[in-house]
Amino acid sequence: MEHSSPLEKVLRGLAIALIMIFFLFPIFWIFLMSFQTNEDILRIPPSLFFSPTLSNYQALITGKLETVSGTLDIAFMRNLWNSVLLSTVSVGLALILGVPAAYAFARYKFPLSEDIAFTLLSFRFAPPLLVLLPLSLYYQQIGLTDTYVGLIWVYQLIALPLILWIVRGYFEDISPDIESAYRISGHSWWRTFTRIAVPLAGPGIAAAGLLAFIFCWNNFVFALILASADKQPVTVGSLAFVTAAGIQYGQIAAAIVLSITPTLAIALWAQRYLVEGLSLGAVKG
Amino acid sequence: MAQMAIERVSKRFKTNTVLDDVSLSAETGEIVVVFGPSGSGKTVLLRLIAGVEDLDAGSISLQGKDVTNAAPEARGLGMAFQNFALFPHMSAFDNIASALTAGASSKSQILSKVEAVARLLKIGHVLQHAPRELSNGQKQRTALARALVSDPRILLLDDPLRNVDAKLRYEMRMELPSLLKTSGSTVLYVTQDYKEAMALGDRIAVLLDGKFAQVATPAQVYREPASLDVARLFGDPTVNVIPTTPTLENGLPVFDIGGASIALPSSYAHVAGRACVVGVRPESIAVSEAFASGAFPVEVVAVTPLNEKSVLLLRAGDGRELLASEAGEGELTRRRGPACASFDRDAMLVFDAASGLRIAPQSH
Repeated sequence: MEHSSPLEKVLRGLAIALIMIFFLFPIFWIFLMSFQTNEDILRIPPSLFFSPTLSNYQALITGKLETVSGTLDIAFMRNLWNSVLLSTVSVGLALILGVPAAYAFARYKFPLSEDIAFTLLSFRFAPPLLVLLPLSLYYQQIGLTDTYVGLIWVYQLIALPLILWIVRGYFEDISPDIESAYRISGHSWWRTFTRIAVPLAGPGIAAAGLLAFIFCWNNFVFALILASADKQPVTVGSLAFVTAAGIQYGQIAAAIVLSITPTLAIALWAQRYLVEGLSLGAVKG
Repeated sequence: MAQMAIERVSKRFKTNTVLDDVSLSAETGEIVVVFGPSGSGKTVLLRLIAGVEDLDAGSISLQGKDVTNAAPEARGLGMAFQNFALFPHMSAFDNIASALTAGASSKSQILSKVEAVARLLKIGHVLQHAPRELSNGQKQRTALARALVSDPRILLLDDPLRNVDAKLRYEMRMELPSLLKTSGSTVLYVTQDYKEAMALGDRIAVLLDGKFAQVATPAQVYREPASLDVARLFGDPTVNVIPTTPTLENGLPVFDIGGASIALPSSYAHVAGRACVVGVRPESIAVSEAFASGAFPVEVVAVTPLNEKSVLLLRAGDGRELLASEAGEGELTRRRGPACASFDRDAMLVFDAASGLRIAPQSH
């Protein structure tokens, strides 16, 4: 351990506090906004003091958006549900496909293995809009436009390469001898994969799954083009708050708070699987 | 019927031939040590037998059954890895028990078997610990216990003492033979420590450049090495090598060291005129300050203690350097400077200069 003087400690604490404020203030401000009316939000100068209201959340949950020009129907809860469904199923599918594939790329050398792995990664280099134009035409032809299946499929472009490449690295870090030892002990290949390889790559799988979930959740452009209102996730659904009667900042803030809650919850839950050093002490280095 | 028979096995990695047409067999209860320098293919051989690696040619049969194409889990053997290869997410108990959970053992059977083997290896008190909480010695014993617990008829041990400290290695070298003998298993033991090989093996298979240079008892390997390379691998310090072409003198083959002629036993008469390499083990050189018959003058240049013996660096009249070793702490008593050295004639080894193969003495 390095020793540091009290002054250094104070300065370090101060620096950390500044960074925290810088990054967390917008979220804090949005949180406050979600309890304000549009008039409170647009007041100049802005004030920390206001009479809190739940009307924003009420509007989102009931789906009735009150504006000066009348009542609008919004499908926010439906969008939120779409986001949960699309992200969860996409990541689930990507894990089912990606983890065994990552294992194969890590353990077996087969013809063109490196090329295939790199091609999968290259999906992430392509600008989504470039892919989307031909894709939307194909989707129309084969009837996948505006379906959950179509969206989940295209979300694999986001989730699969990420999971494949992160998890592959974790599998490569496991000594093959550990798996050999388990097989020699009389266990089948599949049992070895599920009992040894997957648990040992667990932190990597959790990290990759979490990242993939966040990327899927935050995706905007795929769903904007390939889905209509009732299949759209929150990212696209939030456009509804830009109404003829003005932008509904209060509802937008409430919508942001509601839509970051699931990702935040998953991040906190997955944190415990992100423990490092699980594989320490297995083999003599 | 051999418990384990490896026949004409070859293994290549890309263009690099690791094992070239190798055959070896072992009987029930026999401990065969596969010995060789690092990179000679010892571990690959074990991995082929375990089924973890596929062979390019040849066949392997275990307990009379051809297992050349069988999966590792179908071969019914135990293996301990050089790097231990413990399962980091399981306790020591579960690590050892993993060798039993695939079979038909009940929970109570597993419990009693694991505890018995743990008691034998003195790790009973750490069974609930995770591998990262174990010392290297305990890890090594856990790995050994995992290999032993299912009482396999065939046991493969890949340099299990490589990664433990000197004291434990010494202890285990003493314990292992009886442990392995009581198990009654056929053991293939890989090491690159010649002392370990000599201490543990019923037979030693010397693996050099992908081929067995010699398969014989430890005494044979030491006293009658098949080639100069084998002779060099056994012994510390290593064998002295004197390239020469002996000539016949009064019916005895003789060669020259610094102007003195040294006679080989008459049984080597047939090597006269042949380009040879004479090998003399350091302990077969006697150094005295008084002249004795058959001795030649040397200078004692340095004396170095090595464990229980001393190693003397000698320089002969022609500048040739030889190493001699003698029991006791000669460092204190041995004087540097001129002395006389003589070879133990019966322990001299003669190799063919071109092939490096040993030339056996001819009895008359």
